[in-house]
This record gives sequence, structure tokens and C-alpha cells, in this order.
Amino acid sequence: MADALIAVALFVLAAIALGLFAVLRSRVAIERMMAVQLLGTGGAATLLLLGAATSQPALADVALLLVLLSAFSCAAFTLGEREAADDPAEPGQPS
Amino acid sequence: MISLADGFTLAFVSAGALLFLAGTLGLLRFPDTLSRLHALSKADNLGLGLIVVGLLPQAETIAGGVKLICIWLLAQLSAATASQLIAGIAARRKPDA
Repeated sequence: MADALIAVALFVLAAIALGLFAVLRSRVAIERMMAVQLLGTGGAATLLLLGAATSQPALADVALLLVLLSAFSCAAFTLGEREAADDPAEPGQPS
Repeated sequence: MISLADGFTLAFVSAGALLFLAGTLGLLRFPDTLSRLHALSKADNLGLGLIVVGLLPQAETIAGGVKLICIWLLAQLSAATASQLIAGIAARRKPDA
């Protein structure tokens, strides 16, 4: 059972590592932020799986922290973008 | 021969892992920002949710299981908020997207 859980954890890790290509490829800051969100959630899932596989409940706390950091990073990013967007001249009205 | 709880765990955890793969592929392959955001939210909410549900039978204590559910709820809340914030920026930056 533990082996199967570790295998699934590695699979999830590989899947979200694939998401890092989105970070490398994209030039849009928003999409890099989306990849970071995916890393946060996927990292939490990996940690939960590993915690169940090795029967170490403390890893759930680390997963909780990862989700929390991902949420805060996104909020900080949004605040920074808003300030940056307010500085230059306003773009044209949406058509 | 695996027990019923282990079979339940394996089925749900595998489904969650597949959803993570699907979310990553969507992030890589979908044409514009908002549809990528859509793929990402599905992976976040449903993938983590399925993995948490699958791991519930393996929790040793009741409090451990409740903590797993709380992690999922926090992820739901933050993913919903983050999606709205990111989509707001995307819409402001590219009004025609």
C-alpha cells in the first residue's frame, strides 16, 4: 500500500513538474503565477500522499503551510500588479 | 488481496493524480489565458479533493481526517479567490481577451 501511494505521489510530482514548462515558456506574468498555484496545490497533494505512505501525520501540516503560502503569494502578486497597472496612463476603454 | 479501504484509497488517489496531469496538460496546451485558468482550477479543486477523499480511510485518528478535509477546504477557498483575482488582472490588461 505504501509503495502504491509513493508511486502516485511521484506521478503527481512529475505532472506538476511538467507545469514548470509553462513557467519557462510563457512570457505573461499571469500564467507564471498560475503555474505557481498549480505547484502549490500539487505540492500539497504530494505531501499528503507521502505523509499517508510513511504514516507521518506531521507532513499534513507542511501541506497546509504550502497551500497557505500559495494563497498569500497570489494575493501579493495581485496587489503588486494593481499598483503597477495604476501608474502608467490608463489604457483605452474595453470595446 | 487488498482490503476494501485500500482499494477505495487507490481508486480515488489515482483519479486525483490523473486530474493533476489533465490540469498540467491544459495549462500547457489551451490557447488563451482564461481557458488555462479554467483548466487549472479544475485540477486544483477536484484533483486535491479526490486525493483527500482517497486518503481519508488511511487517516489514523479522527482529528487527522478532519485536518485533511480542512486542508482541502482552505485550498478550495484560496483557489476560488486566486482565480477571481488573476482573471480580474487578465481582463483589465487585455480587455478583448
